[in-house]
Formats: sequence, C-alpha cells, structure tokens
Amino acid sequence: MSAMEKLEDHGLLRFLTCGSVDDGKSTLIGRLLFDTKTILADTLTAIERTSQKRGMEAVDLSLLTDGLQAEREQGITIDVAYRYCTTGTRKYIIADAPGHEQYTRNMVTAASTANLAIILIDARKGVLTQTRRHSYLAHLVNIPHLIVAVNKMDLVDYDQTVFEKIRADYLAFAEKLGIQDIRFIPMSALNGDMVVDRGERLGWYNGPTLLDVLETAPAAHTETSEKFRFPVQYVCRPQDSANPELHDYRGFMGRVESGEIAVGDEVTVLPSGLTTRVKAIEIYSQQLPSAFSEQSVTILLADEIDISRGDMIVKTSEALEPKKQIEAMVCWLSEQPMDRARKYLIRHTTRDSKAMVAGIEYRVDVNTMEWVAADKLAMNDIAKVAFKLAQPIFCDAYAENRGTGAFIIIDESSNNTVGAGMIV
Amino acid sequence: MTVLTKQTLSHLDWLEAEAIHIMREVAGQCSNPALLFSGGKDSICMLRVAEKAFRPGKFPFPLVHVDTGHNYPEVIAFRDKRAAELGERLIVRSVEDSMKRGTVVLKHPGESRNKHQSVTLLETIEEFGFDACIGGARRDEEKARAKERIMSFRDEFGQWDPKNQRPELWDLYNARSHKGENIRAFPISNWTEMDVWQYIEREQLELPSIYFAHTRPVVIRQGAIVPVNVPLVGGELTNLPKAGEEIVDLLVRFRTVGDISCTAPVESDADTVEKIVVETATTTITERGATRLDDQTSEASMEQRKKEGYF
Repeated sequence: MSAMEKLEDHGLLRFLTCGSVDDGKSTLIGRLLFDTKTILADTLTAIERTSQKRGMEAVDLSLLTDGLQAEREQGITIDVAYRYCTTGTRKYIIADAPGHEQYTRNMVTAASTANLAIILIDARKGVLTQTRRHSYLAHLVNIPHLIVAVNKMDLVDYDQTVFEKIRADYLAFAEKLGIQDIRFIPMSALNGDMVVDRGERLGWYNGPTLLDVLETAPAAHTETSEKFRFPVQYVCRPQDSANPELHDYRGFMGRVESGEIAVGDEVTVLPSGLTTRVKAIEIYSQQLPSAFSEQSVTILLADEIDISRGDMIVKTSEALEPKKQIEAMVCWLSEQPMDRARKYLIRHTTRDSKAMVAGIEYRVDVNTMEWVAADKLAMNDIAKVAFKLAQPIFCDAYAENRGTGAFIIIDESSNNTVGAGMIV
Repeated sequence: MTVLTKQTLSHLDWLEAEAIHIMREVAGQCSNPALLFSGGKDSICMLRVAEKAFRPGKFPFPLVHVDTGHNYPEVIAFRDKRAAELGERLIVRSVEDSMKRGTVVLKHPGESRNKHQSVTLLETIEEFGFDACIGGARRDEEKARAKERIMSFRDEFGQWDPKNQRPELWDLYNARSHKGENIRAFPISNWTEMDVWQYIEREQLELPSIYFAHTRPVVIRQGAIVPVNVPLVGGELTNLPKAGEEIVDLLVRFRTVGDISCTAPVESDADTVEKIVVETATTTITERGATRLDDQTSEASMEQRKKEGYF
C-alpha cells in the first residue's frame, strides 16, 4: 500500500467559481492551486515569463487559468475550463466559468455538474447586478451549497464593517431566492489570506478558511435519500461467446442516477411496466449485494424481459408515470434563437424524443429576476417553456432529482446542443 | 456543511464510474466507434475501464493504433500482447504508409513524426468510417485540453473549433454527428497523472518496462534528457547523438510515452508502481513540461495541433 492510499479518502467534490476577472476569480483559483501545491515549477516559470512579458512585477496567478489563444490575446475567459487539485484526502474538480453577462450559458453549463458554488464579490464594490445573476443561476441549477467570497479585503484595509455590510446586503436578497446554505468568507486571494492559510490580517474573523469549507462540504449532490432511477445505457448479450454459461446472459448496463438498489428488490421496467426482481448486480467480475447513486453497474433480472437502451429500471414501490407533456425552466444556449415552428430533439437520461414548443409562459430577467412576457428565446435567455413530446419520458421534478429532472435540447440539422432544461 | 453522511464513492471509484458511463454512452450513441490504444499508461487504464464497461461481452469497438514508426519496441510489443490477451481486434495504421502515399511529407528526414499522426488518424477514420474515436487525453495535461469537451465534435476535416464547442451539461452527452464528421470521446478527461498512477496501482495493471527506472544512454540537450541510439522495432538505431555530445548512462524512467523523437525520460530510481506514486506526489515538474519536447515550441502548440485534427 502506498503513502497516498493511507490517507482517508473523502471522495471528490465538484465546485464552480463565478465572478469576473475583475473580482479576482482567476487569482483565487491560482491561489488555491498554488497553496495546495498543485502548480508545479515549470508552469510557474511559464507564467513568470508571461507576467514579465506583459510588464507586470509580481507573478500574475490569473494567467494559470487562461487556456485559449484568443483568451490570452484579449485577456478574457471565453469558455468553461476545468482545473484539478487534491489535498491528499479529497480531490477537487473546479469548473471555472466566465463572468461576463453574455456568458450565462457557460455558467449554467459549469453549474450543472457542481455541488458547491463560490460567488466572488469585490469588497470595494459590494453586491452587484452580476452577483445577483450568478446567485440566481446557481439557485436555478440547484447547487446545494454557496460560499460568498468577499475578496480584495486588502484593498479595504481588512475592515470588518465592509464585510458585515456586504453580508447583510447579500442575505437580504438571497432570502427572496430561498437559498438555504450560504457561507461568507472574507479573503484576499492576492495575498493568500483565508484561502488555504488564515494569514495574519483577518484576526477578527473566526470562521473557517475557504479550503476548510471545501474539505468538509458533502460530496453528494443531496443529503436526502432519493428514489432509485436506472436509465439503461447498453444491453450486454454475449451469445456468441464460447462459454455456454453466458448463452442466456442479459446484462443491463448503466449508471445509478439516484437512490439505491439491492439484490432481491422488486423492480419495474419502463415503459413496458413489467415487474421482476434483481437477480444480480455486477461490476466486471465483482458481485455486489447492492448499488447506489453514481455507480456504473450491470444489473441482471430474474425474468426475461425485453429491455433496450432508453428504458428505465425503477423500484416498483417508487414507480413514476411516463409523461408526454412537460414544463421546464430552459436556458437557451445557441446563437440561433429558438424557432417555435420547428421540432427539436430532447435528450433525457438515455432516451431521445422529438419535441415541439407548446408555449413560453415567461422569460426571467436574470438581472432583476422579474418575469417578463416572451414569444421567442435568444442565446442566454432563461424561460419557462412547455413542450409536447412524441415519445414519453420518465422524469422527476429537477428540484427533487437532478438526474431525471434535466434534459438537453438538440437541433437535428446541426446536431448542436441548443438548450438545457430543468423540469418543474 | 460538516457531515459526510450519505454513502459516496472514493475518488478513484467515482472517476472509474464516470469513465465507464462515458464509454457506454459512446457505444450506445455511435454506430461505429474505435478506441485508440497506444500501449501507453493512459490507454492501458482505458482498456481496464472498457473491460469493466462491457465484459462479459466483447468490446463494441476495435482498438486502433496510429504508429509513427518511431515508437519504443517495448511499447509496441506490449501493445500487441495486451490486445491478444483481451481477444480484441487491433488495427494498426502507420505514418510511414501515409508518407508512401505522399499525404505526409517530412520537412527533413529527422523531423518529428508526432504531429503527422493527425493525417494518418484522419485517413484511418475515413478508411473504416469511424464516427467516434475514444482517446485517453486528460484535461490536466495541457491548457487547451482543459477547455475541451468530453464528447468533442470534429468537422469533416477533423478540426476542433475551440470557440464553437457544444455545451456539455450534467451527464447528458451529445455524440451525434453527420456522415464524414466525427466525435472524439475522452472518458478519462477528469483524471490527473496522479489518478492514473493510483488506478494502475489499485488495479495492478501491467505496464511496458520503460515506465520503470532503467539505465539507458542519453545526452543532455538544452536542459532536457534526450535518449540516444534507441533501437527501432527492426533493430535500426534512431535518435543518434549530435557531433560533440557526450553520451552518459543514466537511471531514468518515462512519465509519458510517445514518438521517440519527442518523448524524454526523467531521472528516477522508481522501479515499482508504489514508488512512482510517491514520486508523482512529490514531483515539482508537470508531466508534459518534463517530458514532451513538442509542447514547448510555443504556448499555443497543443491548441494549434488540435485544430488540425490532432488528439
């Protein structure tokens, strides 16, 4: 056993940072990577060189997160970037989303896989329209934990009253959104105060550092128990194998989207509605007594039932109704506006269905969170939309189940992903 | 935010479960995929993931290797052995065939063939009509890769357009393509070098011998350790030293394995996977920084190669 494995494994946490370069977001990520020793010497040498080339005195940690040529040329972030760091006990996947207004779609994309969001506020500027937008989107995509990082405390002389005022302002509007778990941390990413190390200039703050909160936040999306949902991805039938024992083998392969299942449990297969029992659960050569959320497994059933990709296995006691009409909060992602005359493809779990727009109930102004009437959707718009589907889907409300409440909208002419939906 | 109550996966189990899910999505959504297998450590991990994704069935794709003709013989032997053990079909296409066809023209005989793999790969995709290629690229390797999707769309010229990528949300992957276009799928996007070594250790995966500390003749060229007098599969020597260079025997291992002309080893006495895991945890230089001579050409060189069809 190696040195690394002896440490306790607290799994993996995916989180999102929202804010613009002006808030010091890239500096914060750079600081996190730097202070957890994720950045190695040659990367540092490369950014030192670039910092000097651009006439800067200190090393600019934000250069660590610039990926593409155009971004480096224009000094902006265009696309979601993923960064990795580890503390030995926990691995982190950081989704770095650009903060500019036109990039709502990138933030929604980055938020969709995150279980925690860090919202950056510049201590000099306080709660801005952008802060409200980011908070609304994090809430819309149902990120369970928020950290409000009040950054650049060094530029307000580490003044506690500045921090307290921002906290009060933020809570006043967060209450309206109904966000539950919010933490506030004063920090200076530039100097490294309260990111990984406490530093010496924020003595009045007794709470945890950013890394302390990250280390102890729940890794699972939800702490409440969810219903068992198993969308079938692939059916394994190795009939031509030389092994006669495998002649009748039918394995239903997929990832447990939510909940738990054990050998012997009674299950219903959708859409057929047929009921049987779980005979075995396998990963490769390993037999499991049970499986839980996020595990990729193969399920064998007691009775021979015709099942193919796109079907779903659920517990009989937790059945759900197929639906051909749904309402959802939609974020439009494409430069081409939604065309209400056209049919789109909806991909929900492993199932595809043709869909048409039955109506747009309202559009949300993401800056004021007001509902406004709309008859079309352009890129970055968020709206409540009703769809009619050609094929039934097996869904839960997004607020209850991320895996079976989410879908993407595909334009079949380009095959592009043009929208993201969350079922209400 | 202090309780860890719900049952969750260890980080390696989570990464493995995600990779299995992605491979099964490729198999479920695409009609003619392929898995790129070089004999390198990342693709060795991918084969284990594929076993976990599809056994007791056969893999729903062949293994494909684009051989530059300048690969370490140990790696090529390992590649063939592993494919045979698995009982899976291995397709090998070589840059030298593209050179014979005239579709690859080297600037000079000694030019690295690494970037020319793109041409041969695109020709192989066309020959077999693959609509998806599963590759072992990781986002921690390089900053252009940090922004690439798990299902990455390539047009009919095999080009990646970084500014016009399909949004990728939740675990809903879009691997659709029209005829002539294709998808590059990266199941281990979220793995780091450390994760790969920990997975190799946990799964007790066999590796080509050059990943472990061994003595070999090298020269020090512009600060990098460059292996010299390397025998090719046919026995011919490549990477000959330049006039005046001093050859030394050094204890080294490879952190990454590719075309002989552009992969350099690091000094190391780590001769077991356990020792390599410890060394990886304490190293001060990135994988590509240490060992890929091709990425240092310019800040944007990987992005540029990807736009031209490279992995």
